[in-house]
This record gives sequence, structure tokens and C-alpha cells, in this order.
Amino acid sequence: MRQFWVFVVKEFYHIVRDRRTMLILLGIPVAQILLFGFAITSEVKDVQVAVYDPSRDAVTRQITEQIAASSYFDVVEMLDDASRINDIFKYGRINLVIVFGENFAENLQHTGEAAVQLIADGTEPNQASLIVNYIEGILASYARSAMPAATAPSFTIQPEVKMLYNPQLQSSYYFVPGIMGLILLQICAMMTSIAIVREKETGTMEVLLVSPMKPIYIILSKSVPYLVLSMVNLATILLLSVFVLHVPVAGSLFTLLLLSLVYIFLSLSLGLFISTMVDTQMAAILVSGMGLMMPTMLLSGLIFPIESMPAVLQWVSAVVPARWYVEAMKKIMVQGVGIEYVLTELGILTGMATVLVVLSLKKFNVRLN
Amino acid sequence: MENVHNPVIRAVGLTKRFGDFTAVDHISFEVSAGEIFGFLGANGAGKTTAMRMLCGLSRPTEGEGFVAGYDIVRQSEAVKKNIGYMSQKFSLYEDLKVWENLRLFGGIYGMKEREIKSKTERILHELGLEQERNTPVRSLPLGWKQKLAFSVSIFHDPKVVFLDEPTGGVDPVTRRQFWGMIYEAAGRGITVFVTTHYMDEAEYCDRVSMMVDGRIEALDAPARLRRQFDVDTMDEVFRRLARRATRKGD
Repeated sequence: MRQFWVFVVKEFYHIVRDRRTMLILLGIPVAQILLFGFAITSEVKDVQVAVYDPSRDAVTRQITEQIAASSYFDVVEMLDDASRINDIFKYGRINLVIVFGENFAENLQHTGEAAVQLIADGTEPNQASLIVNYIEGILASYARSAMPAATAPSFTIQPEVKMLYNPQLQSSYYFVPGIMGLILLQICAMMTSIAIVREKETGTMEVLLVSPMKPIYIILSKSVPYLVLSMVNLATILLLSVFVLHVPVAGSLFTLLLLSLVYIFLSLSLGLFISTMVDTQMAAILVSGMGLMMPTMLLSGLIFPIESMPAVLQWVSAVVPARWYVEAMKKIMVQGVGIEYVLTELGILTGMATVLVVLSLKKFNVRLN
Repeated sequence: MENVHNPVIRAVGLTKRFGDFTAVDHISFEVSAGEIFGFLGANGAGKTTAMRMLCGLSRPTEGEGFVAGYDIVRQSEAVKKNIGYMSQKFSLYEDLKVWENLRLFGGIYGMKEREIKSKTERILHELGLEQERNTPVRSLPLGWKQKLAFSVSIFHDPKVVFLDEPTGGVDPVTRRQFWGMIYEAAGRGITVFVTTHYMDEAEYCDRVSMMVDGRIEALDAPARLRRQFDVDTMDEVFRRLARRATRKGD
């Protein structure tokens, strides 16, 4: 046992003395959370709106005021010439132009119909359709409030959409679990595989294998520091997301930690598995970079929703551990469900980890001969 | 000192095959306590494979071997406790300080804290590295690193120390000093099993074996080998033997 701790201390020295790597390891989670949380966002905020209003009556003014009052929109320009509409997008400042029909209020009163056109900048299709949806919502609510019940059509269906769990449709709700899956994998799998392969490369692994130190101890002691490091990262991510991004942890912290521990364990064994396959640090970086990072980014549901993938890719995503972790984390963090709803994910992750540990220990022993 | 009938290293028909290729072909020899045994041969002759088997790093396909009285297959754990090893590649941790390397290997071999402390002082004194105890090994000159690596490999007072081309890339003066350390260790009863490329170093050994194509073609004291082949230097002996090789070096 003393052997083991002497060795763990050595591993900590390796990490702590390598200042640059250490900084990266501690900095990555912060940078990624802040990046995904603030920069890469699919919400609409501060949309710049221009209005062309030839009728200039009470109704159009009210509607314009309501739009301006919403926190999503800034009405920055009132156009007085329809010909400017096309030009105004070219300067790139305006995201949306609202064009009211002539004699808006009059038409509305007499026929019950009035024309309004929404022109959005389609170069960013997702954002454009979101903006249009929001405006349509505002128009609909104005129509409802402006028409007294008596004058309203006898029968209208007004769908009211309510976003469960994430009422503001904040994208960070969506990203945080994904980033946790990515970072833990990065730290555990990549760094463990590099740490083990480095000893092969420098030749110290031979010296260790000739010593009475048991191979399993060598490997276990290598993973201890990364286990600690990933716990620190987990805490950083959670604190940042709760206090900076205001993403609450709706479910139980215990379930969250349990799942994360299983996932960390799985990532560590993945790193170990990689280290048994390659002989140079470069190869370890490539394999864990291309072989783990890419599938995790693309197939875990971090960027693209799994449900909208082609069937083949959905099957492929089933072997990506992060997919199950991210899915379970979303349920726990956002929906706040209990452990009984994530048993499938927990089971799959545990199974994957067990298989990997057995496989890599076997491979590690075979290599000795 | 143990008697001749109870040698520290004994190989009996030791063989290693990788598929069709026989890397080590039925080698048999004995090394007694305190002896400096030179293990010579061209690249690819099978030296390293034979040494790896004796260290318990590789399982023999055939034959048996005993190191420090233990079977290298069935009692490999006991073997490992009683041997030291210095690999061809540099085998210390570059980012650890001098004393930390000593401390680490002492710990791995289960030495007592007090023993580690006192031995560390002694070794630092002997190597003249007292000022450098807190220097990361990375910043030491190569010669000092090699000497330190050797000190680490015998830190736990093993019965046998295996040195795999320990003086590669070191200047002649340091090589001389290094051999001084080997003699001193042998004088303390540690058996030294050393592979080398330098034929002048072969002269320093008590006995040498010459491997050609996986077999031991000659084994005796350097002086007697020279007489047997009727040549002046070990270099000549080696060349005569190496001419018989059919295998390409790697």
C-alpha cells in the first residue's frame, strides 16, 4: 500500500510540475463553459428592428411600442421610404423590418384584416425563424387584447406554447451537460493515455515492470490524480453553470455525482485502453483526439440533437459513452427527475466501463509477454 | 558469498520464439555471486530478449531459468524483489528532483523511510551530487544521469543487477568512472549482468558470453577467449564470431 501512495505522489508531481498542461486542464472547463454559455448561443437578444409604417395610426403605434417594450427587440429606426428596406439589410445592422400595410387601423376595423409583412435576414436561418416566431407571438397577443370578446370571431384557436423545464429556451441549459461530458472525457481519457504512454516512450515503464510494483498498481496510481482533477473540474463546471449561467441543478446532486463518477471511471478506462494500443504520446493524442473527441462532439447530442440524425448515425451514437451521460445529465439537471429515470443510462455506462476495464487489463498483461 | 553449486543466475536451455522466429535458442549458463558477467553480441543476436526473460519481463517459450534462487516463471515476484535493472533508455524521471527519484525507487522496493534517508545521503555524497539534490534530473549532464541511474538500480541492494548497455553515448572518462562503480558494487557482493557494445568494456568483465543468432557461441574469461581464438583483442574475438552470423542486425 505504501508503494501505491509513493507512486501516486510521483504522479501528482508530474502533473503539478508541468505548469502549462496544468493550466490548460484547469482552464479548459472555464473557457468552454463561458464560450458555450455566452458566445455560442441560439437565443435571440437585442434584435435590431426597423419599422416602415405608412399608415401611422393608433394601432400601428401601439404594436410598435409593444415590440419595443419587449426585452428581445430594439426598434432602432423608423423608415419613411419603402425603397430603403432592401438597402438597410446590406449594412448588416438590422435583423428585421416590419412593414405595416396602408390604412392599417381602418382596414382592421372594417374588414377585420390588416396586412403586416415581416422581413428577416435569412443568412442566419435559425435566428431568423426564431425572431419571426417571437414577433408573431406579439402580434397575436395584441390582436387578442385589442378585440373585445364581443367583436371577436365566434371561434378562434389560439395555441399557447409553453416551454417545459426551460421556459426562456436558454441554450445553456442544453449545453452544460454536453460540455461536462466532453471535458471529463478529455481530461480522463486523453490525459491518462498520454501519462501511461509517456512512460513507455521514456523507458521508465520497463524499469517499473521489472520492479515488484504490480502492474495494476501502476495503472491505478496513474488514474488517481486525474480522478481528483476531474472532480475539481466537475465542481468548477457546476459552480459556473449555477452562478454564472444560472442553470439550476433541478435534480438531486447525489444522483448527478454518482452518474459523473461512473462516467469518469469509464473515461479513465478508455484512456487505459488507448494506452495499451499505442506506443507514442503523439499517437495517443491522435487516437483520443480523433477517436474520442470528434464522435463526442458530433454524436453525443452536444451540438446536434440525436433524434434528428439519420437512423444509421443514431445507432452509431449508441456506442458513444458521452451520449448516455449527456442524456442522463439533461434529465437530472434540467428536468430534475429522480434516479429511477436514468437507470438505463446508468446501466449502459456501468456496463461499458466494466467491459473496457477487463479488456484493457487483459491487453496490458498480454503485452508483458 | 554463495558457492558454485548454487549460482545466482542459472539458465538451462532458455528459449524464446516469436512465431517462426527463434530469438533466443537454448542458451545455458551460470553466473556466480559477485561476478561481473558480460553479455555480448551484435544487434539482433538476442541479448535483450534473453535479459528480459531473466528479469521476468518476458516468458520463456522453453527451458528454465533461476535468478537469486527463484524460478523466473513461477516465482517472478520474488525474482523482481531481488534484482535491479537499468534499461538501455534513460530510466529516471526527468521532471523529478534527484532526491525524489531515489525516494520513489526506495518506496517502490518497500525500503524503510529511515533507510531511504541515510542511503540517499550516502549516494549523494559518493556521487558528489550534494549540491544538486533539489535539481530536476532533466538539468543534469548525461554522465551524471547515468551514474545516478546506476545508483538507483542498486539502491535496494539487490542480489543481481541487470545493465542493458548502460554506457551508451557517454564519454570515455565517465565510462571509466562508471566501471569503477560497477566494480565497487561487485565488491559488495552484487552480481552484475551487463550487455555492452564496447569491446574494451568486455575486458573489464570477469567472464563474457558471446551471442550469435540466438545461441551462445563462446563463454569464458576475456583472456582465455583471446588465447582460444589466438588474437590480441576482444574486438577480434567478436569479429571472428560475428562472421558466423546469418541473421541481419536490427
